[in-house]
Amino acid sequence: MNKKNLLDYTLHLADNALIIGHRNSEWCGHGPVLEQDIAISNIALDCIGQARNFYQYAAQLSVNDTSEDSLAYLRYTIEFKNCLLVELPNGDWGQTILRQFYFSTYQYFLYQQLQNSSDQQLAAIAEKALKEVTYHLRWSSEWVIRLGDGTEESKQRMEHAVDELWSYTGELVQAASYELLAVSEGYGVDLSTIKTKWEEKVRTVFEEATLTLPGNAWMQSGGKEGRHTEHLGFVLAEMQFLQRAYPGAEW
Amino acid sequence: MEKDFEEIFQDKVDKEIKIEPKDWMPEKYRQTLIRQISQHAHSEIVGMLPEGNWITRAPNLRRKAILLAKVQDEAGHGLYLYSAAETLGITRDEMYDQLHTGKAKYSSIFNYPTLTWADIGAIGWLVDGAAIMNQVPLCRSSFGPYARAMVRVCKEESFHQRQGFEILLTLSKGTEAQRNMAQDAVNRWWWPSVMMFGPKDDESPNTIMSMKWKIKRFTNDELRQKFVDICAEQVKILGLTLPDNDLKWNAATNHYDFGAIDWNEFWEVVKGNGPCNKQRLDTRKKAWEDGAWVREAASAYAEKRKNKKAVKAA
Repeated sequence: MNKKNLLDYTLHLADNALIIGHRNSEWCGHGPVLEQDIAISNIALDCIGQARNFYQYAAQLSVNDTSEDSLAYLRYTIEFKNCLLVELPNGDWGQTILRQFYFSTYQYFLYQQLQNSSDQQLAAIAEKALKEVTYHLRWSSEWVIRLGDGTEESKQRMEHAVDELWSYTGELVQAASYELLAVSEGYGVDLSTIKTKWEEKVRTVFEEATLTLPGNAWMQSGGKEGRHTEHLGFVLAEMQFLQRAYPGAEW
Repeated sequence: MEKDFEEIFQDKVDKEIKIEPKDWMPEKYRQTLIRQISQHAHSEIVGMLPEGNWITRAPNLRRKAILLAKVQDEAGHGLYLYSAAETLGITRDEMYDQLHTGKAKYSSIFNYPTLTWADIGAIGWLVDGAAIMNQVPLCRSSFGPYARAMVRVCKEESFHQRQGFEILLTLSKGTEAQRNMAQDAVNRWWWPSVMMFGPKDDESPNTIMSMKWKIKRFTNDELRQKFVDICAEQVKILGLTLPDNDLKWNAATNHYDFGAIDWNEFWEVVKGNGPCNKQRLDTRKKAWEDGAWVREAASAYAEKRKNKKAVKAA
């Protein structure tokens, strides 16, 4: 088995969870309703928790002095393997909700299959995380529907969010090199099986939300291979600030 | 007639029987509690901001998760407290309005800025520590819903305080730059924390009535002294100092003596002139205004659903 590939695959799962968790955490204290402030913070916490599980496993797969924190705080932008979608700015509540919905739909089907991974660690993390993601998906679906079929203004804002985010959805189900190898080695999830399920779920929810599904469009990609939007650099500059400013310190 | 009710009410209070929302209560008792509980709720919500300021910059994953969970706990406290206040006949929207228009106050401590990571430690140790000192007696408030909310709040707060202390302890054992950061934070947060207990007893006109109604169990100065006594010991474990040259043990009183409080600063911050009064309030108002379309959409959608169901049922 190719250990480097297992590491890359695990890091990619970790980075996705961390960056969306970090973005969602920006809402804490600024939500539109107190109950929803709590909900989005909760989702952020779940995602950061998942990221930690993946990073801790990745650290085991790495050289001796690697830790969950060195992986999250001391890698550079081009080393991060998250999808572009999760690093995009929050925008308004509608855009955050829609991003979460796209991402949770992906994570839901992904973890469902990752539970059967030949790698026991990945399978165990996926099984635990699936319970959380099931809730994230339900919550975000309900909000997409509520806002899509709410008022004129909320509909317009959701349509705007669809425009903003759609071209970043393709990458979710488009396999990177380490994902293809992971499938052939038996521990990875075949994204081509997820693609249809993802589209179906999005179509169903959009229908109920009275939102129009965009047609074929050019899809952005590159994040999984370390080619990011300009936003990730700022996310990392902020997140990694203390570790960079005080090298080697314990916190 | 009114007199009889009042006697029954005071008799219950004296016997430590909880007053419940539907019981008769003096109007002044109701108003005082609305003010007290809503002010407390607002403090939780505004209090999310200074600490929230460091969530995206927390130094490692464990600290990030703990801080996020902590700030989220505060939102939860706000929720219990708004609900407790609502039992007295005021809505959450009305309370928000009072906050946003400046009619309602919140704890002045949150009008100070969080400048370094050590501030997160200092807030946990000192600010949450002072809050617990104030809040533990409130678990025995004569008003049932408030007392019950406070039991839950206090459990979580003591957890927060330990985390804060642990942050400072880690920093104090760290590099020189980290120790300096910790000392600087303690220097800045100490006096505002001491002020959290409110004006001196002889300048706190509501205390006597509040004590009689058992919505206050100890005076401001009693609690303040207790806080100083505890911190003066704990700071030694941290290997840091409190910024007060007059702080020393007094064997005659069995308490620590401490220096004069700058009441001028206290009242200026209460009046709105603290370093972050404007920013905190602006941030809360912005969150509320930016969320208006979301709340409107949610109620419009709920209404549509109700109508659909009604049509189906018919």
